Amino acid sequence: MTSLNLSGVGVAYGTRNALNDFTDSVKPGEWLCLIGPNGAGKSSLLRSIAGLVKHSGEIRVDGSPLRMRSARRRAQLVAYVPQSPILPDDMTAREYVVLGRNPFISHFGTETKHDWKIVDDVLHRLDLNDFAYRAVGTLSGGEKQRVVIARAIAQESPILLLDEPTNALDIGHQQQALELVDKLRREHGLTVVSAMHDLTLAGLYSDRLCLLHQGYCVSRGSAAEVLRAETLAEFYGVSVRVHHEPDGTVVVVPFRHMETSSDI
Amino acid sequence: MSTREDSIARTGWLVGRWWIPAAAVAMCAALLLGAMVGPAGPTWWRVPLALLDRLPLISLDSGISPREWTIIWQIRMPRVVLAALVGATLSLSGACYQGVFRNPLVDPYLLGVAAGAGLGATVVFTVNRSGSSSWIVDPLPLVAFAGGLIAVAVTYLVGTAFGGQRSAATLVLAGVAVTSLATAMQTFVLQRNTEVIRQVYSWILGRLSSATWSDVRLVLPYVILSCGVLFAHRRLLDVMRVGDDEAAALGASVKRIRIAVVIAATLGTSAVVAVSGLIGFVGIIVPHAVRLLVGASYRLILPLSFLLGASFLIVADIPGRILQNPSETPIGVVTAFLGAPFFLLLLRTRQGTR
Repeated sequence: MTSLNLSGVGVAYGTRNALNDFTDSVKPGEWLCLIGPNGAGKSSLLRSIAGLVKHSGEIRVDGSPLRMRSARRRAQLVAYVPQSPILPDDMTAREYVVLGRNPFISHFGTETKHDWKIVDDVLHRLDLNDFAYRAVGTLSGGEKQRVVIARAIAQESPILLLDEPTNALDIGHQQQALELVDKLRREHGLTVVSAMHDLTLAGLYSDRLCLLHQGYCVSRGSAAEVLRAETLAEFYGVSVRVHHEPDGTVVVVPFRHMETSSDI
Repeated sequence: MSTREDSIARTGWLVGRWWIPAAAVAMCAALLLGAMVGPAGPTWWRVPLALLDRLPLISLDSGISPREWTIIWQIRMPRVVLAALVGATLSLSGACYQGVFRNPLVDPYLLGVAAGAGLGATVVFTVNRSGSSSWIVDPLPLVAFAGGLIAVAVTYLVGTAFGGQRSAATLVLAGVAVTSLATAMQTFVLQRNTEVIRQVYSWILGRLSSATWSDVRLVLPYVILSCGVLFAHRRLLDVMRVGDDEAAALGASVKRIRIAVVIAATLGTSAVVAVSGLIGFVGIIVPHAVRLLVGASYRLILPLSFLLGASFLIVADIPGRILQNPSETPIGVVTAFLGAPFFLLLLRTRQGTR
C-alpha cells in the first residue's frame, strides 16, 4: 500500500490561482474525497497529481517526489480517470482497457501475453466479459463508466484518482460504481483520491473529506465534521438540512423555504 | 478463446489477422494487373508467364519478344511500382495524420502538406532543375519536404492557437488557408518564371505516365524511412485516441509522438508528391474505407491502409492508361471518380450492419 503526500501544492492558469498551497497526507489505503463548488480547485488538484498541469509545491508517493519521475513511471504509480473520459466509439472494450497497460510497454513495443491476461482478468472481475468485444460506443453510461474504471485498474497503479466518477450516472449506477471502487480499493489496497459533487455519497464512501473553496482547503475531516449545515451554507450558498442516521451515515438534504414556494 | 470466437460468430466479421494477408494478396493482384494492361505490348496472359520466367529456378516459355519484355520491364513495371509506393505512402500518411491530430477530416492535402511540398518543388524547378544533376542527392524531395513541413507546422500552430486542441474545424480551416497561401505563392513564382510553367504543370498533373526506375530509386529511401517510423507508432496511435490528457496520464509522451509522426508522414508525402505530382483523395478515402471495414485499431488500419492504398492507386492508374489512348487521363481525376462512389457505398453498407 502506498501513501501520497502533498505539500504546498499550487496550480495557476495564467494569473488565476486555481489551487493555493494545498497540503495533505493521504494514508496508504485511504479514500480521500474532495468536495466543493464548481471551480473550487478539485480537478486542478487531481490533475496536478496526475502530472497533467504544472504545479508548485511537492507531491510525494511513498516519500519520493513525483516530479522526478518520467511520465511512464508516474503512470505506473498513479491512475487517473478524468471527469468526461474520451471513449473512441469504435474501439472494443478490450482494446480500450489494454491502453491502461501503456506504462508497462516500451515506446515502440507491443503488449505481451501477460498484459492481455491482466486485461482479461480485470474484465472478468468487473463483470465485463460480455462486453469485451463490443464497441464502447454501443455501451450504456453505466457500462462505459465500468470500462473506464477497468482501464484504470489494468494500470495496476497503487494510487487511483477519480474526477467525478459518478457524473452522468443514475442513482443505481452511482452506487454500483462507488461500490466497485470501494471493493477494488479493499482487494488491491488502493489509495483513492476522488472529486465528487454528491455530498451524501462522498461522505458515505470516503474515509475523509476535504472541502475546497476558491482554491483553498477550508475544512477537512470525517463526514460528520465537514458536512455541517452552516459550513455548506457558507461555501456552497445552499440551504440544506443535515441528518445523522443511526449507523453514522450523514445525509445532506436540500430544502426550500415553504413560504416562498407557496407564493408561486 | 471461446468468447472471442462467439463474438466473431455474432458479428460475422472476418478475424482481424486475415485482413492483412488478404490485402497483401490484393496488392500483388493489382501489381500483376497493372503489368498486364497497356495500349501496346504483348497479349495480357503472357505477362505473368514472362515475369515468372525471370524468377530464379523457374523456366517458362512465355513467347515474349525482347522488345515486348522492354515494354513490360522498363515502361509498365516502374509505373506500377511507383503508383504502389505513392498510393501506399499517401494513404498511410493520411491515416497517421488523422490519428495524431484526432481529426477524421485531415489528410496530406487538407493540412497544406501537399501544397507546401508543391511550392518547394516549384522552387527547385525554377532554380534550374537541370543543374541539380551534379548534386549527390536530388534536392527535389528534400526541398519538397521542407515546404511540406513548414506548411503543416503553420497549419498546426494556427489551428491550435485559435481553436484549441479539440477543434476539428479550425485545424481544417487553417489547412485550407495555408493551402491557398502556398498555391498563391506557387502561382507567383511561376508567373515570374514562365519558362518552367509547362514543366511544373505537367508535374502537378502527375508524372506517373513517364515513370522510370530512377524515379522509384529516388523516392524509395524516403518511403522506407517514413513508413518504418509510422508503423513503429501504430500502438501509440491507439493510445493517442483517448486525447492528449488521458494519453499523458497513461505515460505517453504526447508531444514527442505527435512531432515524430507528423515529420515522418510529411517526409513520405513530400517525397512521393515530388515524383508523382499532386494526387488527391487517396489519403482520406483509403484510411476511411479501412476503418469502416475493420474498425479503429491502428494496428490494423496502418498496414491495411498501406497495402490497399498501393492497390487502389495501381488500379486507379489503369483507366488513365487505356481510356483515352493515346492521350492520358490525369490520375487525380480517376482517383476522384473511383474513390467517391466507393466511399459512399461503404458508408451505406456500414450503416446497414449497425
